[in-house]
Amino acid sequence: MTADEISTIKEMPNNDYFVSGHGACPGCGVAIAVNNIMRILGSDTTVYVPASCLIVFSALYPTSAFRTPLLFTAFENTGAVITGIKAAQRRRGIEGTVVGIAGDGGTFDIGLQALSGAAERQEDVLYICVDNEAYMNTGIQRSGSTPFGAWTTTTPVGKVTQGKRQMKKDVMDLVIAHDPEYAATLSIAHYNDFIRKVEKAKHKSGFRFLHVLTPCVPGWRTEASKSVEIAKLAVETGMWTLFEYEEGEARSTYKPHTMRPVTEYLHMQGRFRHMDNDDLNTLQRWLCAKWYYHYGHDVEQPACAIYNGEKELHFDGDPLHGV
Amino acid sequence: MVMKALSADHAVAWGVRLAKAEVIPAFPITPQTLIMELLAEFISNGELDADLIPAESEHSVMSVAVGASAGGVRTFTATASQGLALMHEMLYAVPQNRLPIVMVNVNRTLGAAGGIWAEHNDSMPERESGWMQVYVEDSQEALDMTLQAYRIAEDERVLLPVMVCLDGFILSHTVEKVEVPEQGEVDAFLPAFVPRSSLDPSEPVMMNPIVPPEYTTEMRYQLDRAMDDSRNVVHQVDEAFKAAFGRGYGGLIDEYMMDDAEFALIVLGTAASTARAAVDELRAEGRKVGLIKLRFMRPFPHDELRRACSGLKALGVFDRSVSFNRYGPVFTEVSGSLCGSGVPITDHIGGLGGRDITVRDMRKVFSLIEASVEEGKVKRVYWHGLREAKG
Ligand SMILES: Cc1ncc(C[n+]2csc(CCOP(=O)(O)OP(=O)(O)O)c2C)c(N)n1
Ligand code: SF4
Repeated sequence: MTADEISTIKEMPNNDYFVSGHGACPGCGVAIAVNNIMRILGSDTTVYVPASCLIVFSALYPTSAFRTPLLFTAFENTGAVITGIKAAQRRRGIEGTVVGIAGDGGTFDIGLQALSGAAERQEDVLYICVDNEAYMNTGIQRSGSTPFGAWTTTTPVGKVTQGKRQMKKDVMDLVIAHDPEYAATLSIAHYNDFIRKVEKAKHKSGFRFLHVLTPCVPGWRTEASKSVEIAKLAVETGMWTLFEYEEGEARSTYKPHTMRPVTEYLHMQGRFRHMDNDDLNTLQRWLCAKWYYHYGHDVEQPACAIYNGEKELHFDGDPLHGV
Repeated sequence: MVMKALSADHAVAWGVRLAKAEVIPAFPITPQTLIMELLAEFISNGELDADLIPAESEHSVMSVAVGASAGGVRTFTATASQGLALMHEMLYAVPQNRLPIVMVNVNRTLGAAGGIWAEHNDSMPERESGWMQVYVEDSQEALDMTLQAYRIAEDERVLLPVMVCLDGFILSHTVEKVEVPEQGEVDAFLPAFVPRSSLDPSEPVMMNPIVPPEYTTEMRYQLDRAMDDSRNVVHQVDEAFKAAFGRGYGGLIDEYMMDDAEFALIVLGTAASTARAAVDELRAEGRKVGLIKLRFMRPFPHDELRRACSGLKALGVFDRSVSFNRYGPVFTEVSGSLCGSGVPITDHIGGLGGRDITVRDMRKVFSLIEASVEEGKVKRVYWHGLREAKG
């Protein structure tokens, strides 16, 4: 680690390359993540942003929230465009990070092919997915990233079905299948871990992938002041896990003390308020399996203990209503 | 200069090598693949210093090209048909950002009722994308226009992408004698690319932001003017090329036997050679026919055609694609240019799906053009070689 590397929040520079004045909603997780990522990546950075909330709130001609070079073209091509930029800059002797910052739709779904292409070719680029778990820019439609049960405008709460019926796609597994140079999950609530991972990604060369959970106020139906708290609860309940992958191995970078019931996380978000006990059970069970996969038996999991004892989970009444 | 026996695909690859393109994203599709294969060979033998990027789709090919060109290096790619269609979205990102990418499209049928043979219905729809489009007739012109395309595209007054279109198989896979210029001659004709602005952290720029309605009209207007202004550059570059290499192509259109012609045909691509042979035969028989080889579909030679066609008794247009709205696209464009000129125009649709066009077919086309005056038939469309269903 060199002297100018940042490892904790105290060492964070206050030199912004993603500046205020942009049009994100108050409390936007994407804006929080990108602002901090850009502080760490610094001035030698070239940014590509595909169609998403981020491009719309940060690059309305003639203004730009980025103080670095910025390009936008389309929705599904982040992996490819950053490949081209890097090839040109390498040939011209320009050093620095070429980064693509895409939403979950632009990464999990329509952009998956270009992502896979860039990862397979082992392009020397940084790909960051800011994951707000739906197509937010077009008004909250479900994506491959939307969690089970969540309301979106295309997974409405109707008489026959309520919310999304499928589980969240595991895009990290897909990326890791390409054996990238580096891949990590980040949370806007786990600051030092966040900084360390962005730093690491910045200083490595080869294909690097960062996946950040970015709460969305209107899309998740939350309070603007709660975004960081929600991101924290995501980790404590297992809805988000913090780990990194390098040199062929994945390891947890943060282990919660005990697993909190998922309802604590769902409770804070209007998008889950309709979920009935069956759906809550289904989600909790899925989370328990995921929890063992990530943490083994190292961490206490009272919620799963009930499940393991082959007792059905029972939530008191209808805990989410009234959020 | 060395003389080589080259297919048009290989002639293009030689052109790209001589132009020293630096980033070449590629994806295979017949009948384009020969271009990429030869370029890959040049690179792996150290004869061309470039990055060949094997992207995972044509959409990504054009996305890589946009990134590389915005990153400030000379960029080349080639495609055909389905590949061009898959690029469609990305084609639109290029002209408005003034990225001088050169791409060869080897014309091939697109979609259903098609195979892998020549038809212009892949590139014709893309004439609305803001790319310049030139159609070539032989392997020499394919190589020469690859070089000219870079000089036109990178000219400060233009800064637009150029699509060089050539007929699949008829040209792409047919070996002809081609003069391959020396590297030194090409370097003198085509200086190294210096981008006007590019993605470089030492001088940050924002490219292709979201544009509110207050500015879009002006940006579109600038692009339209650039396309219009490129006409002069096309002519100047052709003249400079002629001075350097001894071959000129006439710029936007190439006229043959038009001085005293009373009847003429407009045609693009390889069919021009066939039509020229028909003109020679008919002239020998004393008929006053001429030929206009339409080279550029964008910028469309409105003024050049009005001048070349004034005084004609009748004009025909040969279309190697259909708009499914009675006429072919070239006919519609020509009619727009000649509106009010009083010259009767007929449309001749033929060569679809790569079907052969013979000198006999072209003689028939000229006869129909001549007849169109006598019979007073204006704006009729003929499908050549059509076998109509019986009963
Ligand atoms: C090819 C294409 N299809 C659809 C769209 C419309 N569109 C623009 S942004 C967007 C959703 C973006 O979702 P995501 O990637 O999750 O980013 P977010 O806005 O949620 O941050 C969609 C569907 C588009 N721009 N291009
Ligand atoms: S809709 Fe969500 S992601 Fe988009 S700007 Fe608002 S908070 Fe951010």
